[in-house]
Amino acid sequence: MNLVELSALEIARKIHAREASAVEVLEAHLSHIARVDGCPGAIGGNPQAEADKVHAFISLTAERARVKALAVDAQIAAGQDPGPLAGVPVTIKDIFCVEDTFSTAASKILANFKAPYTATAVQRWENAGAVVLGKVNLDEFTYGSSNESSAFQPASRNPWDTTRVPGGSSGGSAAAVAAFEGPISLGTDTAGSIRLPAAYCGVVGLKPTYGRVSRYGLIAFGSSLDCPGPLTRSVSDSALALSVMAGADPCDSTAATVPVPDYLAEMEKGVKGLKIGLSPDYFRITYFNAETGELVEQSLPDEIKLSVLDAAERMAKLGAEIIEDVPMRHTRFGIPAYFVISRVEAASNLHRYDGVKYGYRTPDMTDDLRSMYRKSRAQGFGIQPKLRVLMGMYVSAAQYSEQYYNRALRIRSLIRQDFDEAFQKVDLLLSPSTPSAAFKIGGVYGDSVLMQYADQLLVTGNHAGVPGISVPAGFDHDAMPIGVHFFAPDFREDLLFRAGRAYEQSTGAEIWRQQRPFNFD
Amino acid sequence: MTDEITPELFEHLVELAALELSVEEGEYLRRQLNNQLMAIHELQAIPLDPATPIASHGVPYTPETSAHIREDILKSYPDPAKLLEGAPDVQENYIVVPDIPHQSLK
Repeated sequence: MNLVELSALEIARKIHAREASAVEVLEAHLSHIARVDGCPGAIGGNPQAEADKVHAFISLTAERARVKALAVDAQIAAGQDPGPLAGVPVTIKDIFCVEDTFSTAASKILANFKAPYTATAVQRWENAGAVVLGKVNLDEFTYGSSNESSAFQPASRNPWDTTRVPGGSSGGSAAAVAAFEGPISLGTDTAGSIRLPAAYCGVVGLKPTYGRVSRYGLIAFGSSLDCPGPLTRSVSDSALALSVMAGADPCDSTAATVPVPDYLAEMEKGVKGLKIGLSPDYFRITYFNAETGELVEQSLPDEIKLSVLDAAERMAKLGAEIIEDVPMRHTRFGIPAYFVISRVEAASNLHRYDGVKYGYRTPDMTDDLRSMYRKSRAQGFGIQPKLRVLMGMYVSAAQYSEQYYNRALRIRSLIRQDFDEAFQKVDLLLSPSTPSAAFKIGGVYGDSVLMQYADQLLVTGNHAGVPGISVPAGFDHDAMPIGVHFFAPDFREDLLFRAGRAYEQSTGAEIWRQQRPFNFD
Repeated sequence: MTDEITPELFEHLVELAALELSVEEGEYLRRQLNNQLMAIHELQAIPLDPATPIASHGVPYTPETSAHIREDILKSYPDPAKLLEGAPDVQENYIVVPDIPHQSLK
C-alpha cells in the first residue's frame, strides 16, 4: 500500500517497528502533494489557477519537515521512542503560531508575520514525534464556511470535486486530509469550522469540549467559542490526535484541569447500553430570506435525514437505546445569537492589528498615528474582518448592548440548558452535520447571512461548549460526501469516539467506504 | 423597510472601527449589516425571563476543573531581537510610529 494511504496509527506503528522510516513517509507525502495540490495560496494569487488541483497549502515547509523526520529516524536508530505520533506527517491550519514560520490567518494584515513561538497544540504533536508539513488555507481569520474569503488565492478546493468548496473555515485542513496530503490536520471550530468542512470533504472532524485543548498560540476569533481540534480520515486517528494534545496548559488558564482518558482504549468499548437521542429540532433547518427579512423553516433534505436515521438504526443494532423526540427548543436561535456574540469577540480581538508592532503597515505617507491605523487596517483586512468589526462595534455599543449582546448571552444560557436537560436523559445526541453537501465555489459567497446558516446544526455546540464529532456517512445524489454528527456532555469525547468508531465499523463494508478522490494506481 | 444602520450611523461605526472604506465596500458592508440584523431580530421572538443568567461561556468552570492562578513571576523572552524583527519600523530597539495627535484638554 502507498504510504500516503496509511492512517496515523499505522504510520507510527511502522516507524516504531522499523518497517518504514520517517523520511520515507515524509518524501512519499511530499511527492503526492506535488502531484495533487498545485500552487500554494498567495496574496494576489489567481483564484482560478489550476482548477483541478486542491490548493490546500499556504506554506509548505519541506526543509523544516525533513529536519524533524531525520530526528525521528535518529531516535528510532538510537533505540529511543519518538512518541505516539512518530513520523506522522501533519498539517496545521494557518491560524496557529509555529515558531519561525509564517503564521498568516490567511490575511494580508499578517502575511509577513513570522511567529516567535509555537502553539501548545502544535508543540505537543511535535513533541510526540509528528512531522509538520506546513500551514494550510482557511477563511480569512476563520471568518467563513467555504474558504473563499482567504486573502491567499487560489483558496482550497474540495478534492471530491474541485468546482466545489471544501467548507470552512478549516477548509485547507479538511481538503488536505481528504486528499491524502497527511493523515491529521489541526483545525479550529468556532461555529462548526472543523465539523462542517469535515462533512463536506468526507473526513472525521472533532470539536473537543471548550477547555479540553489549550488555545495558546491560536490567533483568536471568538475567545469564548474557539476550540482547536483534529481532522482525520478515521475515528481512531482522531482519538490518537486528541490524546496527545488535550489537557491543562500553564499558558492558557481556560484549558481545564480535567484528566485526559486513554481515548484509544475507550473507543473500543462500543455503544451497547448507551442512550442516544434524536431531536426533532435538528431535523428542520432555517433559511433567511433577505428580500422579506423573514426566516423560513424547512425540513431537512431526505438524503441527509435518512443518513441520520440509518446511523440510529445501526447504533440500535449494536445495542444502543435510541430515544426519540428529545427537545432542543433553542436550536434555531443558535445562528442569530452567534451573529452577536462572535462579532463582539471578533471586534475586540481584531483591534490589536494596527500596523504598529507586527504585521502589515500601510506604505502610504501618513501624518498621524490614527491615520496610519485606519489605512493599515483598511488595506490589510479583507471584507469579512471589516464586516465583523463593524457589527461587533454596533451590537456592543452602550445604548444597544442590552437589546443585542446581553440578550444573546442570555439565549446562550438557554441553549446550554437544552443540552443540560438532554444529557439528563441520554448519553449522546445524534444529528446531521450539515443541511447539505458542499456547494459550488461562488454559489453562496457574498451573502454573509446565508453562508452563516450552513453552520446552524453545529453552532449550538460552541455556545454550550460541549464536544461534537462529524463522521463520514456516504455520498449525496451529486456524489459529494455527507456526514452524521454526535454531541456528548462536557469532557466526554470518549463517548464520541465510541459512537463514531461503532458507526465506522458498522459501515466498514459499504461500497462508499472504498471510494477515493484520486486514483492511486 | 427602514435600514437600522443608516448611512450616518454607518460612518460613525467606520470611524470607531478605525477603518477607511471605498464607496463600494461601504455599500456592501452596510447592506450585509442590515441583513444580519434582520436575522438577529429573531432573538426578540423569545420570551425571556429577566432572571435568565448571562452566559459568557458554555462550560462551567469549577475549582476542580480550573487552573490555579500561576505565580506572578517575570519571565523574559529569550530573544527580544526576534520580536522586533516583526515590527514594521524600528530604530535603536524602539518601534517607530507617526506623530501621535495631541488634543488640548478643555
